[in-house]
Amino acid sequence: MSLSQWIGDPLNWVFLVLALAVLLSGFRVVTSPNVVHAALFLVATLAATAGFFLLLSAEFVAWVLVLVYIGAVIVLFLFGIMITRAPTGRDTAVDHPRRLPSALIALALFGVLAWSTWTAFGDTAIEAVGEGSSTEVLGEALLGRFLIPFEVVSFLLLAALVGGITLARKDQSPAEEEAAELVRSER
Amino acid sequence: MILFQFLLVAALLFSFGVYGLLVRRNAVMVLLSVELMLNAVNINLVAFESVLATSALIGQVFAVFVITVAAAEVGIGLAIILMIFRNRRSANVDDFNLMRL
Amino acid sequence: MSTFPLTYALQEHAGDGGALAQYAGVMLVVPFLAFLLIILIGKRLPRQGAEIAIGAMAIDFVYALALFFRNATEGIVHEEQFEIARFGFGGGRQVAFEWGWVVDGLSTMMFLVVTLVALLVFIYAVGYMKGEIRVTFFFAALCLFAGSMMLLVAAPNLVQLIVGWEGVGLASYLLIGHYWEDRANSSAAMKAFYVNKVADIGLILGTVILAVTAGTFRINEILAQAEEGAAALGAVAVVAGLLIFFGAMGKSAQFPLHVWLPDAMAGPTPVSALMHAATMVTAGVYLIARMFPFYEGMAADARPWILGIGTVTLVIGAMLALVQDDIKRVLAYSTVSQLGYMVAALGAGGYVAGLFHLWTHAFFKALLFLAAGSVIHAVHSNNMSEMGGLRTSLPRTYWTFIVGSLALAGIPPLAGFWSKDEILATFDHAGVTAVFWLGVATAFLTAFYTFRMVLLTFHGSYKGHAHPHESPRVMTVPLMILAVGAIAGGFVLIPGIFSGFHHWVEVRQVFNPEEVEAGFDLAALIPGLIAAVSGVVAAWFVYSPDAETQEARDRVSIPGLYPLLRHKYYLDDIYWYGIVQPIKGPLARGVNWVNQYVIDGVVNGVGAVTMALSRFVYGALDQKGIDGVVHGVSAATDSAGTALRRLQSGRVQQYAAGFVVGALVLVLAVVVLR
Repeated sequence: MSLSQWIGDPLNWVFLVLALAVLLSGFRVVTSPNVVHAALFLVATLAATAGFFLLLSAEFVAWVLVLVYIGAVIVLFLFGIMITRAPTGRDTAVDHPRRLPSALIALALFGVLAWSTWTAFGDTAIEAVGEGSSTEVLGEALLGRFLIPFEVVSFLLLAALVGGITLARKDQSPAEEEAAELVRSER
Repeated sequence: MILFQFLLVAALLFSFGVYGLLVRRNAVMVLLSVELMLNAVNINLVAFESVLATSALIGQVFAVFVITVAAAEVGIGLAIILMIFRNRRSANVDDFNLMRL
Repeated sequence: MSTFPLTYALQEHAGDGGALAQYAGVMLVVPFLAFLLIILIGKRLPRQGAEIAIGAMAIDFVYALALFFRNATEGIVHEEQFEIARFGFGGGRQVAFEWGWVVDGLSTMMFLVVTLVALLVFIYAVGYMKGEIRVTFFFAALCLFAGSMMLLVAAPNLVQLIVGWEGVGLASYLLIGHYWEDRANSSAAMKAFYVNKVADIGLILGTVILAVTAGTFRINEILAQAEEGAAALGAVAVVAGLLIFFGAMGKSAQFPLHVWLPDAMAGPTPVSALMHAATMVTAGVYLIARMFPFYEGMAADARPWILGIGTVTLVIGAMLALVQDDIKRVLAYSTVSQLGYMVAALGAGGYVAGLFHLWTHAFFKALLFLAAGSVIHAVHSNNMSEMGGLRTSLPRTYWTFIVGSLALAGIPPLAGFWSKDEILATFDHAGVTAVFWLGVATAFLTAFYTFRMVLLTFHGSYKGHAHPHESPRVMTVPLMILAVGAIAGGFVLIPGIFSGFHHWVEVRQVFNPEEVEAGFDLAALIPGLIAAVSGVVAAWFVYSPDAETQEARDRVSIPGLYPLLRHKYYLDDIYWYGIVQPIKGPLARGVNWVNQYVIDGVVNGVGAVTMALSRFVYGALDQKGIDGVVHGVSAATDSAGTALRRLQSGRVQQYAAGFVVGALVLVLAVVVLR
């Protein structure tokens, strides 16, 4: 596929806009000195990723991403940021001084990834796009062929829930518990 | 559209994530970087799915699984950070060195 | 290949054992279930889990007994194998990992011995361990021990055998170190573990060689190939045979790897009884017996080594037993010596003789250990110098102990006499005259040290401080049952009259079937009998006068040898100065100074050898041997760890960076290499 052909496809224009949004906001996630900003940039990245998914006619995954990530996970993050009283303002010490070696490692990784995917899938075209809703098929796959992994994952989620609560709740000493019990019974 | 354009964006996003993972001091921000990397993986999964067009949409199914597991990971990760913050009054990763000898 | 009279023949009309053999796997599962159950709920039970252990062992014993009778009446050859996993290696060959059970004469006999002794020991332990710490854990570990031994004995393939083998090692480590609060005990446990590990290297290497060459882990297939004379197997047979025998040397405490066994006495006495009579130490003998067709055929060149090592062991063990003060150590060295008899018998081609001795030894040695435990329980000391005159206060223990001692000494008609005579007869037939006379001399020593022990413990005047009292019934009843075994256990093989035992231990493989000698071999019987009786008489003359100190008397009785024996041939010292020190010094430095490694090693080595020689001359040090290996290994680990700990900064992001870079390097390596 030549470049002119590629430009000719309107979907690719959409792609370019989304890619720009993903990359810019993604870059800001890891460079923003402000934690809250970083979290909000992650929202932008995820929203643009959801756009990618729509482009690839994966509506269900796109909406799951929006609901779960933007709706729940980011809120959780913001709570975490608040509770740990991470500096919400500008903080110069938010990064390590070892920016350069880290950047080099990341660059090398990108090089290897880009090069290897290029040699492997350089000219693979995506054709089967826009064939209508895939949610029905996905639902049948999730509750049919992938039922057991699905159940395992939901169990994992439950375990994470219980684990999170156990870890995060304040432990009371038996004496404190007794005192609390006493207060409750007096009421 | 070609497959590679998605893969390239995903690779770049993943590398950003790695950079953030290595360079951030605040544990919450490290977790944010991890989310970025997981997201890059999701892009790959969905993109490959649209090329392979499996009858059961395996790629998308796995993207859903990844999102679920990531949610669980964030929950636990933040709980741990909270716990350490309570004990050490710090969310700095460099202070999380209890496991060293 | 063999010119020895073999009594090992195909059981032609053996049945398959029916459902009884088909479900024999139950016996392997029950002890492990009991182990889990005790761990889970043992603490809440009135006897802290002992009832589960005894119940499980009783089930196993009844099953083993049923199998045994079925085998004795109609014979069983049955094998079950279930594949667990399959692994491929070069050239498209595959090896299957399987588990299962083999039920034939050999394993049935072992099942019976293991379960009987284990059951009695478990019951005895209820009394012995009353009020001790960690009783629940103790019984759980006993179940693990017995279960691993059953797994080992039932193993139809070498992998399962190694699993059981290591399980026995692990459980023995836990049990020997039961009172780990005392450092000496945990060191003894480690020593046993390490010495066994050294030997296990041999077993594992041998197994791998055999499995890769034969293409299977199944013992009977390997043996079948050996029988057919497969060329590939023949090329490695002797090496593999020696390596496997090296493994057996560790478990069965053959010289020079016997050093762990006396220290293993640190465990509670029931453990010693279980370990030295029925399980653990017999594992090596069992292994050689199981692989016997292999040693008889292809690996025949390995057999002189087995005979030689066994002979050395039987002699030195008996001599060491002469000078011990700790009653359990006398028995421990006696076990070493008796194991030497078994191994030497197998080495000389006496399949039945070796196993027969294993069988009788299980009865009388378990009896002796448990009786010694009863004595220790009564006087709160292991030392015979704090005993004496106990025959009046411990009558039941005394009489059962006498029975066990007579059996060990080889006085007819008790069990030990028949099996020892069988072994001596084997030596005689095999034409190994020197070994035969050493065996006879050791029979004299055996009788001598046994009755030295009896006289010092039960006769003369009491020298201890506690007030001895007879043990409770739960301890003495197992003693009496074992005493019956020690009296009657030998009647199953009386040359020329009843040879049931021959048929009881038959297995599938055929090789050189020759006729059994009918009747007694008088040339072997008479010297052996004279040696045994004169040993008892000599002990009576030396030890029945109640002399002032026992050490003084020991010096009188064997003046020249005393220091040598007292220091266990300085073997522990040789290990310490000859092996441990040269390794320990350089290795620690080697982390930093690879340069000086060699020089230092030589210097240290020379110094250490010089020191060892001078110590040898002056005879100064005690008891360090393998403990030193333990310390050496830990010191080396420690210094290596100190050097490496800098890598472990505790900074997760450094680890993450290393992780990413490592992944990159791997990817690049794959790309470049392709």
